[in-house]
Amino acid sequence: MDKLSAINDFVVKFANVNGSGSASANGLFAKTIIRMGVPVSARNIFPSNIQGLPTWYEVRVTEAGHLGRRGGVDLAVALNPQTWDDDLQEIVPGGYLFYDSTKPMPPSKFREDINIIGVPLTAICNEAYKVPRERQLFKNIAYVGALSYLINIEPEVVEAVLKETFASKPKLIDANLQAFNLGRDWAREHLEPIGLQLRRADAVGDRIFVEGNDAAALGAVYGGATVCAWYPITPSTSLAEAFTAHCKKLRTSEDGKAKYAIVQGEDEIASIGIVVGAGWNGARSFTCTSGPGISLMNEFIGLSYFAEIPAVIFDVQRGGPSTGMPTRTQQSDLLLAAYASHGDTKHVMLLPADPGECFEMGAQAFDLADRLQTTVFVMLDLDIGMQEWLVEPFKWDEKRTLDRGKVMSAEDLEAGASFGRYTDLDGDGIPYRTYPGTHPEKGAFFTRGTSRNRMAGYSEKGVDYRDNMERLLLKFGTAAKLVPAPVVRKAKKKTKTGVIYYGSTAPAMDEALETLEARGQNIDAMRVRGFPFSDEVYDFIRAHEQVFVVEQNRDAQLRTLIMNEGEIDPKRLTKVLHFDGTPITARFLIEAIGQQLKPVKASAEMAK
Amino acid sequence: MTYILKPRMHHPALKTNALGLTRRDYEGKVSTLCAGCGHDSISAAIIQAAFELEVEPHRLAKMSGIGCSSKTPDYFLGQSHGFNTVHGRMPSVLTGANLANRDLIYLGVSGDGDSASIGLGQFAHSMRRGVNMTYIVENNGVYGLTKGQFSATSDKGSKSKKGVENTESGIDLVALALQLGATYVARSFSGDKGQLVPLIKGALRHHGPAFLDVISPCVAFNNHDGSTKSYDYVREHNEAVNRLDVITGQAAITAEYEPGELREVTQHDGSVLRLRKLGEDYDPTDRIAAANHVQESAAAGEISTGLLYVDPDASDLHDRLRTCETPLNQLSDADLVPGAKALAAINARLR
Repeated sequence: MDKLSAINDFVVKFANVNGSGSASANGLFAKTIIRMGVPVSARNIFPSNIQGLPTWYEVRVTEAGHLGRRGGVDLAVALNPQTWDDDLQEIVPGGYLFYDSTKPMPPSKFREDINIIGVPLTAICNEAYKVPRERQLFKNIAYVGALSYLINIEPEVVEAVLKETFASKPKLIDANLQAFNLGRDWAREHLEPIGLQLRRADAVGDRIFVEGNDAAALGAVYGGATVCAWYPITPSTSLAEAFTAHCKKLRTSEDGKAKYAIVQGEDEIASIGIVVGAGWNGARSFTCTSGPGISLMNEFIGLSYFAEIPAVIFDVQRGGPSTGMPTRTQQSDLLLAAYASHGDTKHVMLLPADPGECFEMGAQAFDLADRLQTTVFVMLDLDIGMQEWLVEPFKWDEKRTLDRGKVMSAEDLEAGASFGRYTDLDGDGIPYRTYPGTHPEKGAFFTRGTSRNRMAGYSEKGVDYRDNMERLLLKFGTAAKLVPAPVVRKAKKKTKTGVIYYGSTAPAMDEALETLEARGQNIDAMRVRGFPFSDEVYDFIRAHEQVFVVEQNRDAQLRTLIMNEGEIDPKRLTKVLHFDGTPITARFLIEAIGQQLKPVKASAEMAK
Repeated sequence: MTYILKPRMHHPALKTNALGLTRRDYEGKVSTLCAGCGHDSISAAIIQAAFELEVEPHRLAKMSGIGCSSKTPDYFLGQSHGFNTVHGRMPSVLTGANLANRDLIYLGVSGDGDSASIGLGQFAHSMRRGVNMTYIVENNGVYGLTKGQFSATSDKGSKSKKGVENTESGIDLVALALQLGATYVARSFSGDKGQLVPLIKGALRHHGPAFLDVISPCVAFNNHDGSTKSYDYVREHNEAVNRLDVITGQAAITAEYEPGELREVTQHDGSVLRLRKLGEDYDPTDRIAAANHVQESAAAGEISTGLLYVDPDASDLHDRLRTCETPLNQLSDADLVPGAKALAAINARLR
C-alpha cells in the first residue's frame, strides 16, 4: 500500500467529542510545531454545544506558509465514534488513520487504501490514572505524545510550551509531561515513525499566533475605545471578552479605577443604543455582534447615519438563523451591513483579511467613525475571529495620535467660530459638532434623525431634507478616500483576467493564484479592504475582460455591491461562491476558477 | 410652531438665580402640543426646577424617544444639548451618554407608549443597571400622535374616547421601578405643580436612577368620562403620601410642624429632602412597604402620589463599574493608548 510521504507539508485533523478537554491538547500540538519554526494554519470546527457533540481541529502544517485551508486530510486522529465514518472518508489514499485501539473494531470499519495506526489510549490511561476525569483529560495529552513520536515533534519543545502554559500552576507541568511521555513511550515501543514528518525550520520568523477577535479587541484599545456595550452571540462574544481582559491590564489606573466602561446589554438594540449615546457624547464606543445582531440594530444604525454620530460595529459573520450553523463561517452580512436601516442609507465597512488587519482596522475604525461621524463596520468572520492565525506582529507608531474629527471646543466657539451642526463648511460633506457641556451659551443643538435644517433647527421642508441627503452622499464620497485602499497583486504576465476577493478568502486565494500561475493561467488580483469602493476598484474592473468575484456567501453580495455602486455590467463579473460553512480552500478556488476561465484568445494575447 | 422664535426680551424685574439667569433662560422653543396638554405643564415644572436648582443649562443633557412626550425636550432648556432618539430606546442612549461623561446631569423624558410598550425592556434594564439619571414618564394612557389608541398604562376597564373598554391589564411603571432597583421613585400629576417641581428637583439631585411617573392628561384623546387619566379623575383620586421640599443650601426650618410630621433625608450630594407627612404614617425609605402601599392604593382605586421611595445612599453604574473620575470622553491619548512597548510585550506572549 502507498504510504503518503511528506515533510512539513501535510494536514492533520483531530476528531473529538466537545467538552472532553481536547482543545488544550490540540492547541499544544499546533503551538509546538510553530515553535519548531514550521508555520501552521489551524482551525477549530465546533458545534453549538458545550458537551457531547462532535468537534474537529484541523492543522495544516505548511513550511511554504499557505495559511488557507487546503482540503483533504493526510492524518486523521479519529477519537469520536459518532463521526468515525465521515472522518475516515476524508483521508486521502495512502494517508494515515490514528485511533484508540482499546476496543477491537471490525475490519469493515476501516479502509484498505489507508494506513492504520492503533494506540490503546483508553487502556494506557486507565492503567495510569484512577480519577475518571484525569483518565479523560490526560488521554488527550497522551495522543499528542504518541503523535510526537510518529511525526517527529521535538519533546523538548513540548516541555517548554507546557512550562509556559502552566507557569502559574506548576503541578500541572509534571502531570502533563507524564501523560505526554506515556503516549510517546508506548508509540516508541510499538510503532515506527510514519511518512509524514516534521523537520525543524526557520519559516515562522517573529510572527504571532492569534485570533482575530482578540486582535480586533486590542485594536479597539489602541484606537481609544472607552465604551463597549455588547450582547453575547457566537462568534463575536470572545471579542468583548478579550476587550475586557485587555482593558483590565492596559487601562486600569494605579488606584484600580477603570479608564473604560463595558456593559453587557439586555439585547443588541440596547447595546447599539448605548454605543450611539456614548458616541453622541464624545466617547469612542463600539459593539460587537454577528448577523442577527445587525438585523436587530438596524434602526439605530440608521439614526447614527442621519444624526451623524460615530459608532463602531464589529460584525463577526457566521451562518444564518438557528443554532448550529452559526458556529460556521460565512461572509454573508455584507449587504445587510452596507445598506442597514430605513431611509436612504449606506455605511462604511472595513474588510480585514486576518488578525493583523483586525488589529489595524480595529484601531482605525474609531478614527474613521469620529472623522466621518457615522457608523463604521469592521467585517470579520468566524474563520478570522475565532481561529488562531499566524500573522506578522502587531505594530504601533508612537507618533500616531487619535483623530477626533471635527469637534468645536469652547475656545473655538468663544473665538467666534460659526457653528451650524449640519453645515458643510469644508466642502467634504462633514459638518462640525460639539460635545454636550462644552459652552454655557454657544454650541448647543438638538439632535434628530432627519427633519432639521443646516442649523439643526426643526424643519419638515423638502428643500432642507434634500439638501441634507445630498450632503450625506458627498460625505460618503469622502469616505471612499479614507477607507483602506485595495491591495493589488499583478500577475507575472499581462492578462485580461482579474479576480476580486476580500477577508478570510485571502490566504486560499494567494495559494490558488500561485498554483494557477504555475499552470500558465495568469490572473491579476485585487483584495478590497473597504467600502465605499474607491475608483481604483472600478478601474481594475474596466482594465480586465473577465473579473472573478470570490466570496463566501450564496448571493454574491460583494459582486452586487460593486455592480450597484459602480454601475457595472453584471456580465463583467463572474461569481465564485463558497457557502457551506467551511472556510474556503485553495483546491476549491483552483477548480472553480479553472472551470470558468474563458479561453484565452491566442491572437489577442499575441497582440500585446 | 417651533420655527417661531420666542422673543428673548423679558421684564427687567424678573427674578434671577445665583447664576444670574432668569426663568426665561431655561425655556426652549414654543411647544407644538395641543393647548391644555399636561406635558406642557411638566415642561414648565422642569424649567422651574432647573431654575431653582441653579442648574447650568449646558451641563444638562436631555434625551427622549418618540411620541408627544418625547417632543417636549425641545420646549425647555434651550441651551442644553438634546437628543430625540428612536422609539422606546431613550434609556440605552442615555446610558451610553452617561458612561461617556459622568459629570453632566441626564434628564430622560418619555411617555407611556415609549416606556411601557416598545421600550419596556430598556426602561427596566436602565433601572436595574443603576444609571444616574432623572427619568420622567409623561403618562397619559394613550397614543396621542397616532390619535387615540390605548397604551399599556391604560387601566383595565377604562374607556377610550370612542367608548371602547380596555380589556388588558395596565402596567404600573412605579411598581416596576420599585422592583427593578430605581432608588428614587415618585408619582405626581401634571396639574399639581406645587407637588411636581420639588419632586423633579429632588430627582435631579439624586445619585442613581430616579423615576417619576407623572400623570399627564391628554386633552385630545383621553380626558373624557370613563378615562382614568383625565384631569377630573386624577384630581378626585389623587392621594399624596407626603409633600416634598428640596433644600440645597443651609435653609433652616421656618414653618411650625407637629413633632413627627417632618422627615428629612440627606442625599449623596448633600441636598436635603424635607418630607411633610400627609395622612397615615409613610416611610419613604422602606422599599417593600412602598411597593405594598402602591399596590394597595391601586386596588382601592386611588392614585398614590408623592415621593414614594428614596435610597439616599444609592450607588450608580459608574460606582459599580469603578470608572475613573475623569469623564471617559475627556481622557487623553496617553490615558487611552498603551503604546508600542506594551504591544511588544503582547506580541511576545503570542509566540
